[in-house]
Amino acid sequence: MMRFARRLFLGDNETRDVVVVLAAALVLWEIGVYVFQPSPLILPAPSAIFAAFLETPGLFLRHLGFTLWMTCLGFVLAVVIGVALAVGIVYSKFLERTIYTLLVALNSIPKVALAPLFVIWMGTGPEPKVAIALMLAIFPIVIDMVLGLRSVDPDMLALAKVSKASPWAVLIKIRFPCALPSLFAGMKVAISFALVGAIVGEFVAGSRGIGFQILVAQGQFDTVRVFVSLLLLGVVGTILFFLVDYTERLSLPWHVSQRGRHQSSADRA
Amino acid sequence: MAPPASSETAAYVALGRVGKTYASPRGPVAALVDIDLDIRPQEFVSVVGPSGCGKSTLLKLVAGLEGTTFGTIDIGGKPLDGTPDRLGVVFQRDVLLDWRTILDNVLLSIEFTRKPTADERARAVALLNRFGLGGFEHRFPWELSGGMRQRASICRALLADPDLLLMDEPFGALDAMTRDDLNIELAQIWQDTRKTLLFITHSIAEAVFLSDRVVMMSKAPGMVVDVITIDLPRPRLLAVRDTPEFAAYVHRIRHHFAELGIVKE
Repeated sequence: MMRFARRLFLGDNETRDVVVVLAAALVLWEIGVYVFQPSPLILPAPSAIFAAFLETPGLFLRHLGFTLWMTCLGFVLAVVIGVALAVGIVYSKFLERTIYTLLVALNSIPKVALAPLFVIWMGTGPEPKVAIALMLAIFPIVIDMVLGLRSVDPDMLALAKVSKASPWAVLIKIRFPCALPSLFAGMKVAISFALVGAIVGEFVAGSRGIGFQILVAQGQFDTVRVFVSLLLLGVVGTILFFLVDYTERLSLPWHVSQRGRHQSSADRA
Repeated sequence: MAPPASSETAAYVALGRVGKTYASPRGPVAALVDIDLDIRPQEFVSVVGPSGCGKSTLLKLVAGLEGTTFGTIDIGGKPLDGTPDRLGVVFQRDVLLDWRTILDNVLLSIEFTRKPTADERARAVALLNRFGLGGFEHRFPWELSGGMRQRASICRALLADPDLLLMDEPFGALDAMTRDDLNIELAQIWQDTRKTLLFITHSIAEAVFLSDRVVMMSKAPGMVVDVITIDLPRPRLLAVRDTPEFAAYVHRIRHHFAELGIVKE
C-alpha cells in the first residue's frame, strides 16, 4: 500500500494514468446522474453506491470473502491439476489422444450450462462453486501449458540428449522453465475465469457469496446493492489479476517480456 | 609440431560408407552418400561445404542425435549406440538457458546427470576466466554479447572434459572480428587440450586456419570430394593467414570447389 502511494505521488506514470482514468470515469458518472436524474432503480450515483456499502460493510465483505475463497480454491486446484495434465499430455501420446481431445471437445460446450448439474451432484455447499471455478479455469491452463512445454528449442533438447539427461531432468531443467511464461499467460486468463465460475455457482444455488448477494438485491429491486456487489467484484478481480502478474514478474525476471519492466535483476547479478 | 598421429593410429571416430536418407512426400531424399571418414585421436578435422550439403547432418549422426540409414559409425573402437560417452557439442546458436546465470549454464552439462562437485565449479570458473568471461559468472545470457555467449557455450562443452568435441558452425552467426578472436582462442585451447575435434564450417579460411585436415563436401546429396592435410606449423597465430602457404591451401580448396561448380572463381 505504501509502495502504491509512493508510486502514485512520486510519478510512476503507469499507476498515475490508471488512477486518473478511473477517477475521471467515476466523476463523469456522478455528473451524468446529477444532470440526467435517471431513476435510482436504473442507475444510482457512485456516491449512493459508496454510501450503501458503508451501511453494511461487514456483510458485503463477509460475502466477498466467501466468493474470494471459492475463487482461489478453484484456481489453485486448476493450476495443480492443469499442470499435471499438461505434463501427462506432452509426455504420453495416449493421453494426448484421449484427455487432450476430450478437453478440447468439452471446452466447446458452454460450461456455465453445466452448473445446475454440479448442484445436483454436489449439493448447495461450497463444493459446486469450487468445482465450477476449477472447470472454467483449467482450460486456459492446460492449453497454454501444453503449448509452453512443447515450444522448447530443439537444440536445447539435443544438448540434453548428448549430456545423457534423464526425461525427468529434461522436464525439470528445460521444459518446465521454458513453459513458465505460457503458464503465467494461462493463469492470467484462468484467475478471471475462476471468479466467473464462483459467481455462477453462487447464482445457481446457495446462501453465501457475492453472487448470492446480487440475486437477493435483484429480487428486492435494490439496484444500489447490485452495483455495490459489482464494483466489489471489479476491484477484487483486478487485484487477483495483478497478483498473478506480480508473481510472474518475481518468477520470470529473465523473460523477454519482463526485462524492460525492472532493471533490478541485472543489478542484483 | 609434427602432425598429431600417423595414418596407422587407430581412428577415434570411424565412418564407413555412411549414408542418410530422409523420407519426403515425393519419396526418399538422400542427404549424405557413402561418407568414409576416419578421425584420429587428438586430431582437428573440419568439414567444409556449401550450405545444404548435409555437413550438419553428418555431425548429428556422429553425435547420435539421428540414426544412419546406411553404413557404420564406430567411436573409440565400438559401434555407436545412442549418444557417444564423453562427448561435448557446440551448436551454431549458443543455446544458453535464459533463466540460468552464465556459471550455471556452464555447469548444466554436468547437472543433467548429477550435482556438480566443488571441484567442477572451480573448473567452470577457471574455464570462464580462460575465455575472458571472468566477472560475468553471475550475469544472465541476455546481458552478454553474441561472442561472449558462444564462448560460454564452448566452456559448457569443455567442462566435463570430453574426449570428442563436435562443433556445428559455432562462429557462423558472429561478426568477422569476433570470429577471428574466437578462432585464435579455439586454436589455443585445442593446442592445450588436444581434444579429438570435428568442426563444421562454411568458411574455407577458418577450416584451413584451425585444422589438421579439411574434408571437402559436394552439393547435396553430400559426398566427400577431397580430404586435404593442412601442414602449417602450430601453434598457429592469426599471422599464419598472411603466409603464402596458408593462401595456397585456401586457393587449392577454393579452386577445387570452383571446378565442381560449387563456388564461382
